[in-house]
Amino acid sequence: MISHAMNRRALLGAVASTGSAAAICTLFPDWARAQTMHHHPSGAAPGSAPDTTSALQGEDIKLSIARTPFSLGKRTAMATTVNGSLPGPLIRLREGQDVRLHITNGLDVDTSIHWHGLLLPFEMDGVPGVTFPGIRPGETFTYRFPVRQSGTYWYHSHSGGQEGTGLMGPLVIDPADGERIAADREMVIVLSDWSFTAPMEILRKLKIAPDYYNFRQQTWFEAPSGKPMALPDKLKWGRMRMSPADIADVTGATYSYLVNGHAPEAPWSGLFHPGERVRLRVINASAMTLFNLRIPGLPLTVIAADGSDVKPVETDEVQIGVAETYDFLVTPGDRAYTLVAESIDRSGMACATLAPRPGMRAPLPPLRKPPLLTMKDMGMGDMGSMNGMGAMDGMDHSMHHGAGEAEAKAEAKSMDHAGSMRMRDPDNAPGVTLTPGVDMIAPMPVDRTGDRGLGLDDVDHRVLVYTDLEAPGPRRDMAPPTREIEVHLTGNMERYMWSFDGQRFSEIVEPIRLSHNERVRFKLVNLTMMTHPIHLHGFLFDLVNGKGDRQPRKHTVNVLPGGFVAFDVTADAPGDWAFHCHLLLHMMSGMFNVVTVRPLEDEPGRDNAAGDVA
Amino acid sequence: MRISLACALALSPLTVPALALAQTGHAQMDHASHGHAGHDMTGMAQPAPEDDGQSHAGHGSNDATTMPDDHHGHGGRAGHHTMASDTGSDTSAMAMPDSAPVPHAPPPAAAFSGPAHAADQIYSPEAMGEARHMVTHEMGGMRTTFVQLDRLELQPTKGADGLAFEAGIRTGGDIDRIWIKTEGEGEIGSGINEAEVSALWSHAIGAWFDLQGGVRQRLREGPDRTELAVGVQGLAPYMFELDAAAYLSTHGELTAGVSAEVDQRLTQRLILQPRVEVQLSAQDISELEMGSGLTSLEAGLRLRYEFAREFAPYIGVEWQKKFGATARYARAAGEDPDRIVAVLGIRAWF
Ligand SMILES: [Cu+2]
Repeated sequence: MISHAMNRRALLGAVASTGSAAAICTLFPDWARAQTMHHHPSGAAPGSAPDTTSALQGEDIKLSIARTPFSLGKRTAMATTVNGSLPGPLIRLREGQDVRLHITNGLDVDTSIHWHGLLLPFEMDGVPGVTFPGIRPGETFTYRFPVRQSGTYWYHSHSGGQEGTGLMGPLVIDPADGERIAADREMVIVLSDWSFTAPMEILRKLKIAPDYYNFRQQTWFEAPSGKPMALPDKLKWGRMRMSPADIADVTGATYSYLVNGHAPEAPWSGLFHPGERVRLRVINASAMTLFNLRIPGLPLTVIAADGSDVKPVETDEVQIGVAETYDFLVTPGDRAYTLVAESIDRSGMACATLAPRPGMRAPLPPLRKPPLLTMKDMGMGDMGSMNGMGAMDGMDHSMHHGAGEAEAKAEAKSMDHAGSMRMRDPDNAPGVTLTPGVDMIAPMPVDRTGDRGLGLDDVDHRVLVYTDLEAPGPRRDMAPPTREIEVHLTGNMERYMWSFDGQRFSEIVEPIRLSHNERVRFKLVNLTMMTHPIHLHGFLFDLVNGKGDRQPRKHTVNVLPGGFVAFDVTADAPGDWAFHCHLLLHMMSGMFNVVTVRPLEDEPGRDNAAGDVA
Repeated sequence: MRISLACALALSPLTVPALALAQTGHAQMDHASHGHAGHDMTGMAQPAPEDDGQSHAGHGSNDATTMPDDHHGHGGRAGHHTMASDTGSDTSAMAMPDSAPVPHAPPPAAAFSGPAHAADQIYSPEAMGEARHMVTHEMGGMRTTFVQLDRLELQPTKGADGLAFEAGIRTGGDIDRIWIKTEGEGEIGSGINEAEVSALWSHAIGAWFDLQGGVRQRLREGPDRTELAVGVQGLAPYMFELDAAAYLSTHGELTAGVSAEVDQRLTQRLILQPRVEVQLSAQDISELEMGSGLTSLEAGLRLRYEFAREFAPYIGVEWQKKFGATARYARAAGEDPDRIVAVLGIRAWF
């Protein structure tokens, strides 16, 4: 303890003596301002008081939503904030407690807060028009529910694209009986994307010009990926009316990528003592950005995914989908590190400094070359690590790669004169309504649960894949599913339409119906060329990743282009639940549906469980 | 929670790490073994509540290809699977390998029970109805409006400099839209001498094409025409933007126009656009100075620079040719029916 106290003094002294850190003029909650340390009040050693200054805790938590100026560099715009800050305050709950969250809407439009990843009565889930009416201007709505889980989660608005204008924040729940894996220090890392163009205006631009934000296309004179396309490939992509550089809809051309609200120019910093075990609670709270996260020089030990513990697994880089959370344990040495979160298309990055002493900086690695889509992303099956589309369409049979099973299947398919390798053949996805909102049907999607995220195939270090995730112990709460529900992720890049099974939610689609306590398997088949982080509200599902009775629990899953992923879920929460792509503008373009679990329990007093409106 | 309203030091110490430093009661990890692949981290974990103590050493961190069968080693737990299920399935058997096929089946009857919308039981159905209407619209029902100035260009020639424009307004949803299109040409000095305005209903008929129908009004020096218009507009393979329409005038004359253009990106902002437009007529219409058959062709090459996606000036050349009787009408009017002109213009939208 004594040495720690000295260290503490040393830290203070260092700050006082340098005092030269970049000045910033922004609104940050305490927890997100430069150095922070959140720890588990439970885990605090005797003699120390729990840290209560930076987190909102207790049974009653008050949040107010307002428009607040937010500055980045020299520009200022209005953000939608919680308690005046972006990101919103850290909410710290304890498993087993009850909580009442009083949300006051200071906007002139409706608002809402959804508790992402939490298991709660559906009417507390916070999706306007699905689980509650929303919060009108001037109203205070009280969410109340028992806290039934632990881990790293977050919250965000589910109204009018507000999460894209700042309305989001971290939510951490401490386990009732202590963390399974101890850490000396904890840092909450909220990744987000910020644009001075409002989300709805971004969406409008994409509907007019879907490549509006893409300034890293394959051109005659530029190949940003470093691999100029051969003419036959160009023609093949052109024939399909698609682009292999179509990696992200909204890019660094308009987004600043933030860590805890800080742009890379004045990065957020977290302080540690060399040799400490630091738990990073990383939340991708962005609207539209999948990040590739790494800390050069520091291995990342994944200890939890989407709030649920996993058997520790060491890796060097993780592609983190929108709304996913990962807890990492790192043991930094006596030097500074840069936490780098590169956007999936590598048009920008969020970064933070982790350092033993204030003012220290580690080098910022340059952005890597942007990836290109491959045949596998087209749903042409696993044709090997072929560059571009060499064997597309005509199915070049002289491929040099070993004939894998998928390849053999592809060849078999191409022989089939039904033409089932065509890029928009309804026979390849019978569940899909072939509307104008569907520009392609991946002819042969493969299981990509074990694949690295887009663009990480050829990095020369370890990359986390979903098949690395494993529950820490055998799970008793799993049973084989009795039926499978296949959901196709569909879209039309040119019209900027997104949907499930070819139908936008606005077309009043039939909900996905489950019977209470039924165990079902969802198979998400991605017929598009984009990675979609798909989120099911109200449940933690079991990712089908070959781990038998140790399947990891998640609430959001990335489905890679041209691939499929499956999860099993027990429908133990009656009610109506949102189910959607967590790319904000995909959701708002229609990639949304309701999962209905019936019968509703007819509990007396259920009405009383509803939130009150003051 | 306090908010720093003033300029804060990015590295201000804020809460000091006394607490974070204080967690000494936990198992220590072997730091020495850090930094190599496949590092067994289980030693640092407290035993999981459900951990049966079996060794998981076989699961390396890069063991991405593990087959489900490997997990039969855990089968000792399988008999413990319990599930609150009303489906009556027998779950006491061996755990199903998670890759085993699962049948597709319709939802059980219970899944259709109860009210159409669960929240209507808890909140005011009126308020829910309103919110539902809003969210339904919000998730895919967005309408967009934009104004497009496709071409506004000067065509300097020896005589009076030519002037041409092509613009439109589009408004509506993803499937059904209204298009107002206009184009015309004239001369500096004498103004616009020929123009047309179309009002079209546009309906998506496939992934890339819209069917459009409506009316077109031709405005010229001399007789006007009101026409019924039917056409298609969309993106053809190889990224050609096509716009083709047929017109039937109130005089019973049938004409048609087809244009195709394609953007070739030279760099991220420099774009070369070949463009072709042809006009056809089913009959000789002397009033409009058109012969029958292929009446005119414009083939141009424009090079534009996108300062922003919405604003791009361009330069280019265009070959303008009139055929047959149409050419004779032009010659009679003192025009050159076959000429190459330079073009200078802007393309913009908002
Ligand atoms: Cu999506």
